[in-house]
Amino acid sequence: MEKKAVPQSDAFVSGHRACQGCGMALSVKHILRATGNEVIVVSPTGCLETFTSPYGFSPWGVPWIHHLFENGPAIASGIVAALRAQKREHVRVLAIGGDGGTFDIGFGSLSGMLERGDDVLYICVDNGAYMNTGGQRSGATPTYSSTTTEPAGKMSRGKTQLKKDLPMIIAAHGAPYVATASAAYIKDLQKKVKKAMTIRGSRYIQVDTPCPSVWGFPSERTLEVGRLGVECGLVPLFEMEEGRVTSVKKIKKRIPVENYLKAQGRFKHLFAEGHGVKEIKEIQAMADANIKRYQLLKEDKAGKTTTR
Amino acid sequence: MRNVKVLEGSEAVAFAVKACRPHVISAYPISPQTHIVERLAQMRADGELDAEYVRVESEFSAASVISGSSAAGSRSYTASSSQGLLLMTEVLYASVGLRLPFVITGVNRAISAPISIQVDHQDTISLRDSGVIQIYVESSQEAYDAHIAAFKIAEDPGILLPVMVCMDGWILTHSYERVSFMEEAEVDRFLPAFRPLHFLDEKNPKTWGSYAEDNVLMEFKYSVQKAMLHAKTRIKEIFSELSKITGRDHGDLIETYRTKGAEVVLVAMGSMAGTIKDVVDRLRSEGTSVGLVKIRCYRPFPHEDLWEAIKGARVVAVMEADFSMGSEGAVGMDLKAKVCGRPDAPLVLDFITGLGGREVNQEIIEGVVAEAQKAMINKSTFVESCWMGLDPTIVP
Repeated sequence: MEKKAVPQSDAFVSGHRACQGCGMALSVKHILRATGNEVIVVSPTGCLETFTSPYGFSPWGVPWIHHLFENGPAIASGIVAALRAQKREHVRVLAIGGDGGTFDIGFGSLSGMLERGDDVLYICVDNGAYMNTGGQRSGATPTYSSTTTEPAGKMSRGKTQLKKDLPMIIAAHGAPYVATASAAYIKDLQKKVKKAMTIRGSRYIQVDTPCPSVWGFPSERTLEVGRLGVECGLVPLFEMEEGRVTSVKKIKKRIPVENYLKAQGRFKHLFAEGHGVKEIKEIQAMADANIKRYQLLKEDKAGKTTTR
Repeated sequence: MRNVKVLEGSEAVAFAVKACRPHVISAYPISPQTHIVERLAQMRADGELDAEYVRVESEFSAASVISGSSAAGSRSYTASSSQGLLLMTEVLYASVGLRLPFVITGVNRAISAPISIQVDHQDTISLRDSGVIQIYVESSQEAYDAHIAAFKIAEDPGILLPVMVCMDGWILTHSYERVSFMEEAEVDRFLPAFRPLHFLDEKNPKTWGSYAEDNVLMEFKYSVQKAMLHAKTRIKEIFSELSKITGRDHGDLIETYRTKGAEVVLVAMGSMAGTIKDVVDRLRSEGTSVGLVKIRCYRPFPHEDLWEAIKGARVVAVMEADFSMGSEGAVGMDLKAKVCGRPDAPLVLDFITGLGGREVNQEIIEGVVAEAQKAMINKSTFVESCWMGLDPTIVP
């Protein structure tokens, strides 16, 4: 296999305080390599803000601002307005927030930004719970995941609701570009970031960023767990332009959801004897529905098997 | 010949803001503030105002948008009232910490519940601890002048804090008064373009809004207090510089009105000061020894100036349109704590007036003076604030 050197940049350097194996830190480093340095980055409160900004230290080689938890999009909108007023529109605005700041507390502000169509690339680094505070349930938490505010127990199987379908909600705002990506597929992520940077208006990329600390897997298995999520169909990777799905990342080798769930502590209650059979079936049905909805299998295209 | 117009207080504020050439304005509707941002929107629609205008989905975002634009180096403005100001609270605290010098008009209105659109000061007073500089005005003319001063105060390199001009809803925003405008060139000379030393600059990247704890958080907070203390001097200088251009003198941190030799001094903020001045004039002509101190700048709190103004009095009667539940009126507390906590100080009485738009008329003011005179004779103050005009028969 041919190996290519990844282009280096000083936009986000090492030395920050992320946990070992953090899928978010990995993603952000590569996102900034794809955007280049003429960007201003806004981060709402969350893991990213905490591990990159202990006073006096910073891995950010681009202007970066944290203000509050629920206003990342509005801060970004304000910066865009100022850049327009100052005729500095060559500088692009990037907001990178976690799922709590995006799906939940910042959702009103995000919806406002999208409705106005402000020229912001909003990237949600989604690890499916409030990791910064110890793994509490969020709107992005997947079904039957155990979290500290909805733990599995004698009377509980963890979260019983669905993960909020945010990409579709964002597309419904009329966003010109919406994509999902994964920390386990960096080239795909960078390709999507680069494409988003060629478009003006409010764009959104949701990146699945495995979290060894709270998902409960060894820190050297981040990429592997991320891949399992994609290969089982629970984390579909797709692009939407002008409201239509225009491309999907095909599953190379389809695996049952069990392989993905078993690899993580947050689902371990489903594997206690006689406990999670029904729930695992339900999760499999969700993966199957994704595979059908997004046509994730290679042979899906007009009934033909494609090799690429 | 100066440009004089008869217009709504809201419109006067809109013209003042336009004259300050803001880059970014954010807007979210709430009464009684709305006419200000509507007028600015119309100016923009008519090509008279060259500013970005961001129509947000909440006051939280209204304050956030101008925080972002201010951090990016643009002069920024919004207006709000009541619930809107409370919704902004978290944003304002954070923007103080980030030293973002935008200007807000806080159009005063009561806080729910009961829901009411009528005027009192509970909304802006609730923000007193945030680090936002607060200037209260008595008239539309003072509102116009204070807005032009506000940007200069906010952007002063030794201050760099948000400034809120607090004006009474309806009484000022929706009444028509004669207002004298400054010439554009005069405003431009007084208030040059905003050129901050620090902004979100791709050529000189900096990290804003860091995480801090016991290592440096106290020092950051104290730096705001230091800026507040510095602001006391600078605000006086800026008001005086503006006065020299306009020929109008509204006072500096406070305005004193016939306080010389007064036994009873009333203390008030906002439009009620106008009515109080009329009552003072009449009572003085009848031989009553009474005067008024109007607090213009409430944060930073001008306790030195207040002491000078009241130290000769026997009784100070604070009239305020706010209340700290479980305690007393906020201005009364400040006055007692910072000014009158000394043995030679006059008695301080706290009167709660005008909540939810209840009229602060001559009768109420005369009642306050009568209570103050009684206390002067009895040499005794009361522990609880006195709620003037309260009807105990309908208290739920």
